[in-house]
Amino acid sequence: MKAVVTVMPKPAILDPAGVATGHAMEHLGLKGVRSVRIGKSIEIEVDDADEKQLHEICHDLLSNPVVEDYKLEILS
Amino acid sequence: MVQVTTGSSFMKVAIIQFPGSNCDTDCQAALASLPGIQAEIVWHKETSLAGYAAVVLPGGFSYGDYLRCGSIARFSPIMRAVRAVAESGVLVLGICNGFQILCEAGLLPGTLMRNNGLLFRCEHLHLRVENNDSPFTSVLHQGQVLDIPIAHGEGNYFADAETLKQLNMNNQILVRYCDASGNVSPEANPNGSLENIAGICSHGRNVFGLMPHPERVCDPLLGGTDGRSIFQSMIEAVAKLNVKS
Repeated sequence: MKAVVTVMPKPAILDPAGVATGHAMEHLGLKGVRSVRIGKSIEIEVDDADEKQLHEICHDLLSNPVVEDYKLEILS
Repeated sequence: MVQVTTGSSFMKVAIIQFPGSNCDTDCQAALASLPGIQAEIVWHKETSLAGYAAVVLPGGFSYGDYLRCGSIARFSPIMRAVRAVAESGVLVLGICNGFQILCEAGLLPGTLMRNNGLLFRCEHLHLRVENNDSPFTSVLHQGQVLDIPIAHGEGNYFADAETLKQLNMNNQILVRYCDASGNVSPEANPNGSLENIAGICSHGRNVFGLMPHPERVCDPLLGGTDGRSIFQSMIEAVAKLNVKS
């Protein structure tokens, strides 16, 4: 099984690294930068797993539910 | 779970060493400088904390801060034992990365995010004691100002509004960042922590996490002794517990 987990800061959480990166984009000439949010993408290959187990791992290990949301995509 | 200490015997304190811990021996030295303490380093692959009167999760960069600070250490074998002793009332102190691990493990509410200024902050600053009704602050008085250094990149305390309300209502916020006169102000906040929170205790008050490093100010040669009061409070709390048991 192949899966990709995307972890993003919750919309209400300020992402200072995203803000700083947005400023750099403006320095490079990009105009009208409204928002930059930085998260993580985690690729998983596993021989044997069910979706429920992967969701538990996303919730308990790969994301921190206090400040982050995750999206689990099963690719194959 | 708490070992009764009598006469000349020592109170045993476990200092958990994760791969990447780097304040473990500092904590050991700080504790060993206090009378009646035997501080032992316990490797994270151990599974028992039997016989220890208190547990310290020291600072450092466990697992290189991979994924999130403390997120991998939280699943180390010893953490089952830490959870069990914490639930039985044993004192658990998490300093810096130790605080992050306790939050990741759910033994303390909320989390520590990246500093709002993005910089790693390594400096002496001041803390105001918000509450002395805890085993970690009992020898201090409310409003007392401590000079204790910080050294972290992820110390920006965050919790949802309901959790923050509960922390305030239950007097779980033990220390806040302040200026030298004890004013809790935005200017005195080094990392963007909600309400200048520097350290909180659990609802049961026996688990305490703080970002500043009390173990670094336990010897006048190192620039101060304000950190001793935290460890001294713990020793007195355990001694009282032993008298009762």
